[in-house]
Amino acid sequence: MGLLSDPNRRRALTNLLTRLNAPICVVCYLAGVMWFMGLAFEPFTLRTYMSENAMGSTMVEEHFPAGERALATGREFAAHKKKVGGMPVNWLVKTMESRGLEVFTQSFTRKLPFPDENKERYLVRGTNVYGILRAPRASRTEALVLTAPCSQGNANNQAVGLLLGLAQYFRSQVYWAKDIIFLVNEHDLIGMQAWLEGYHHTNTTGGDWSPLHGRGGSIQASLSLELSSDVITSLDLVLEGLNGQLPNLDLANLFHAFCQKIGVLCTIQGKLQRNDWESTSGYSHSAQTMMLMVLKQASGRPWGDHGLFLRYHIEAATIRGINSFRQYKTDTTTIGRLLEGMYRKLNNLLERLHQSYFFYLMPSLTRFVSIGYYMPAFGLLAVILLLRALDLWVQLGASAPGTEDGLAEREQDPRFLPLLNKLVISHMTGVALYCLPVMSQEMAVQHFPVSETEAVVLTAIAIYTAGLALPHNTHRLLQGEGTEHGWRVLKLVALLYLAVLLGCTALINFSLGFILALSLVPIAAFITPPLSAAIMVLLSPGCTLLYCVLIFQELQETPVSLQDGWMLFLSVISQGILDHSLYGSLVYPLLALLIYPCWLLLWNILFWK
Amino acid sequence: MGAEQKFLVCWCACVCVCAQKRLWEGTEVGTNLADGASDNKVDHVHDTMQATDAPPSPPAKDQTQRFAFDERIWEATNVEINLVEDAPPIRDKEADEADHVLDTMQTQDFPPPSTAKDQFQEELVIKPLHSGDIYASFQFRTQWDTDFLEKHKFSHYRLFPKSLGQVISKFSVRELHISFTQGYWRTMQWGQPFLPSPPGAELWVWFQDTVTDVDLAWKELTNVLSGIFCASLNFIDSTNTVQPSASFKPLGVGNVTDQRFLRYAVLPREIVCTENLTPWKKLLPCGSKAGLAVLMKSEKLFHSSFHSQALHIRPVCKDWQCKSTSWELRQTLNVVFDLHTSGQGKREWSLFKMFSRTLTEACPLASSSKVYVDITDNPQGELFELSPATPLVSQAVVLGDGRTYSVYDLTDHATFGQTHSLNVLLRWRAAESGEMLRPLLHGERYVAGYGLQTGEIHTLVYNNHPYRAFPVLLLDTVPWYLRLYIHTLTVTSKGRDNKPSYIHYQPSKDRLQPHLLEMLIQLPPNSVTEVTVQFERALLKWTEYTPDPNHGFYVGSSVISALVPSVVAMDTNNTQERPLFSSFFPCKEESTYFMRIYTEPLLVNLPTPDFSMPYNVICLTCTVVAVGYGSLYNLLTRTFQVEEPSQGLAKRLANIIRRLRGVPLLT
Repeated sequence: MGLLSDPNRRRALTNLLTRLNAPICVVCYLAGVMWFMGLAFEPFTLRTYMSENAMGSTMVEEHFPAGERALATGREFAAHKKKVGGMPVNWLVKTMESRGLEVFTQSFTRKLPFPDENKERYLVRGTNVYGILRAPRASRTEALVLTAPCSQGNANNQAVGLLLGLAQYFRSQVYWAKDIIFLVNEHDLIGMQAWLEGYHHTNTTGGDWSPLHGRGGSIQASLSLELSSDVITSLDLVLEGLNGQLPNLDLANLFHAFCQKIGVLCTIQGKLQRNDWESTSGYSHSAQTMMLMVLKQASGRPWGDHGLFLRYHIEAATIRGINSFRQYKTDTTTIGRLLEGMYRKLNNLLERLHQSYFFYLMPSLTRFVSIGYYMPAFGLLAVILLLRALDLWVQLGASAPGTEDGLAEREQDPRFLPLLNKLVISHMTGVALYCLPVMSQEMAVQHFPVSETEAVVLTAIAIYTAGLALPHNTHRLLQGEGTEHGWRVLKLVALLYLAVLLGCTALINFSLGFILALSLVPIAAFITPPLSAAIMVLLSPGCTLLYCVLIFQELQETPVSLQDGWMLFLSVISQGILDHSLYGSLVYPLLALLIYPCWLLLWNILFWK
Repeated sequence: MGAEQKFLVCWCACVCVCAQKRLWEGTEVGTNLADGASDNKVDHVHDTMQATDAPPSPPAKDQTQRFAFDERIWEATNVEINLVEDAPPIRDKEADEADHVLDTMQTQDFPPPSTAKDQFQEELVIKPLHSGDIYASFQFRTQWDTDFLEKHKFSHYRLFPKSLGQVISKFSVRELHISFTQGYWRTMQWGQPFLPSPPGAELWVWFQDTVTDVDLAWKELTNVLSGIFCASLNFIDSTNTVQPSASFKPLGVGNVTDQRFLRYAVLPREIVCTENLTPWKKLLPCGSKAGLAVLMKSEKLFHSSFHSQALHIRPVCKDWQCKSTSWELRQTLNVVFDLHTSGQGKREWSLFKMFSRTLTEACPLASSSKVYVDITDNPQGELFELSPATPLVSQAVVLGDGRTYSVYDLTDHATFGQTHSLNVLLRWRAAESGEMLRPLLHGERYVAGYGLQTGEIHTLVYNNHPYRAFPVLLLDTVPWYLRLYIHTLTVTSKGRDNKPSYIHYQPSKDRLQPHLLEMLIQLPPNSVTEVTVQFERALLKWTEYTPDPNHGFYVGSSVISALVPSVVAMDTNNTQERPLFSSFFPCKEESTYFMRIYTEPLLVNLPTPDFSMPYNVICLTCTVVAVGYGSLYNLLTRTFQVEEPSQGLAKRLANIIRRLRGVPLLT
């Protein structure tokens, strides 16, 4: 700090920074991207290890025998489901009661803001059925949850069968120290949301559910099971939850440890682990896995039924059975044993899972990148914004007449009024983008031949595009600006605003922050009035979303044409809006209310006259 | 039953139910009662409820009218409370008497001649539950006609355990109730227990009014008991001790109800295991050598769904005239065995299967030793088969419900038969055991909300009675680190605000005393009453966290005490069993009974620092704060000025001369 308080040295430092500003920024950007890509390189990552002592040292023997019976129960469930045409509530209640559980039901109603075309639902009515296995000599203070969804069609019948089979087996064991709640939820996440809000007596999204009558205290951990075939080839672990929250890494470690012990193939992001990290293909495999995780996390949606538990500080993951064309098959008994083992270890927990990491990326199931390793990649991008801001500040100071008292003078400067105008107008556009699509859907449907969902998405895109025309119009309205000084001040404000925004976002959801930084930082850093508008548009948040969709499909090895990609893009927008209104995902409001206005500020500079 | 004694017992039970009752009782019945009853409580309640600052007037007519409504409700339950004492199949004097009458075919053995001043009784009640589980309740009662408080009067102990006798005399204890429970009593599946107890350890003590420093006596007493029972009772300190104003009234003879002499504490986290059972068994006259206590093998007792052991000491009337008192020590042990884990789903129970022992003899020191099996639901033997059959049948009103019991008298050699051992066997005939009558009162509690800043405690109290409203007393003790926002307290029943008629709230003091909230709430018939209060989670000092802070912190059970309308009056079939002339008006003695239930304890997570690397965190934070903040502050506040080059010596001298001359200075 002595460096800064000495005027001469300070001058030298600022001179250096302003002279070399552009090269430093370019180097930082490249270094940030390189650092990020390096995270997937195996020698740079850490091997996962079990941090929780209560789960590590204790040996558990699995005895679950009744896989076949569980499948039979699953078939029975399927028959009843078909007969009732939905959730067979009475049958489930009776079956759970006969297995010695305390059974309760919860009914819920939810009206979506507009029809969900992916899942074809609008007014959702359903019932959750759950049974509580009371642990002997425990005082209802702690609980574990196992859930299986009652899905449309023939999906997940085996999961419900296995859940009931496990309930019966667990009931006859004496070693439980925590209550175990077996939950069959209808309408996947909507039912889960209703149940969790009922359990915790909150109402964050205005749903309508009946109160719960049986509880088991504070829930320590939860697993969601998705199983749609009698035999499977591998089990996939899904971690990404609402708003990019992740469960404690020990839960993933536990899953991996039991897969190893029992001999089940396990994957993450649907990708098997490979051992050839030296080869290019090995590296690109783990880079793909990590990129998939980053994209999923950035989307902020719950990628399985577990995703909503994380808000309540309940460690949760989804285990999904995959049946592919591989030779080696695993039967239901083995999956049952795996779950039994996991629950017995979770049962041994003395504290909530807290020893291991909550912020991590996984290039494979045995490797992870902790927050300390990935944050520098973002930091290198974010520092560019600060460097450019410093540069602008120095330039503004040099051009203003009085260097020391310039700030005070400028505050009274009438030239700051248009700046304020621009800020307000950009944010108003953001608010319009946030509110209007859902509010004006009826009007749109009346005037245009589109469905409600299309109306919402197209309105959003229309408002987004209309925002691009704003600079022209506002210029006509507001006279007396367009100085060189004016856009510099505007850019300075926009840079600092963006830096704060991205910094906060990256702390909560690193992936989202990093992806936004990747596309927004270059334009924010190098924008000057004559820059090409095309680049600006191509790097706008909306286009970033489109690229993400395309890259995601590419990484999932289901590449799509641009035409399909566009359709997918439209559905992603509608899903994003739905996620926000149904589960309280924050990505849509973040983009609409903060990131988009910030980008509009930069867009204004482009048309500075 | 003597009128005086009846009144006394009645009065004791009355006060233990609610203070409000005592209000009008003070006006009407109170005159008959002991005049010495300190009724400052009553005034207090008046003040609280009326919120007037008029001087407390003696119980006057207007007050009587004011509480006319309450009076009407209570009147029905007035004399009835006798039942509280008779209710459990525990042998009181009155209950004994009742038994004499009821045990029609039983050859009653009378207590030993009155020359022996102490006597011991033991019994085991086995109750098949509707869920298929089985409930076994042991009761051991030692009674001794002595006065512990006259220190030099006695030194010889026979049946009464000396360790407890010394505790009573040293700390001038009037009543002592302690329970250790592992598990939560599932009211909705199992019905009501004979003696309720909260999970963990519960201790409440009434001291004699001669004790000057109650807090000191309490502290020493808890430490002594901690040693006697091998339990962590020494963790009881001022932060978890309260003095409830109405919920816990003395159960024995006596009329001091000043709450200053009462201390109540719960340790919800206490784990109960064999090390607590062994010292408890040692207090029995026969130990675990003979009698019913041979069944108490810990590997079986702790292989159950619920385990609760308790000990109650209280003064009781020596005889029916109640001229003098004697001390009663009652030890109880309640176990529920699980059908699914121990029976492989087969519905068959026997003493051997439950306890891995059979009975061979009574405790030789016991004046009475009996095994009761509840056969109320099985009058013709259609539900289950009981073997060996016994001719003895007993009837009792338990918790407002008439029950029938098969009785095995262990003092009678014929009971053991040819094999010289008794192995009571229940074998089910029907697969289903019918619908259980829903418990009229039950409660549950949970923490609502998410995040680590605030939360809300919800307590739900269910009144399942189809047409009768009744009042309950709710006692909540919340540790200080949950800062209750008492202004957010709401009580709602059936969607409407339900104003408690009596609220006693004692705010917490950080690190000194917990919150105490007592309310008298009227429960409408067939309703759920929800009590909610918001709280904020405090950030503890880093040394105050437990070794496992991420486990969470416990909040003890709420206590709900009530006078519950009896189910006998609800039963439409009772006209068939009883003569018509006796069954038109609901019999007062059966119309209500006292009940206390406990809600589940809560586990609340507090904001917890990361203890895994405190050193790193502290170092890093301090460094960042110091360096970053310090230098930034420095930069912001310091003004920079270009330093004048120092003047030469000659010029300075010249300036001094010029100043003296009054000529402008050189620059």
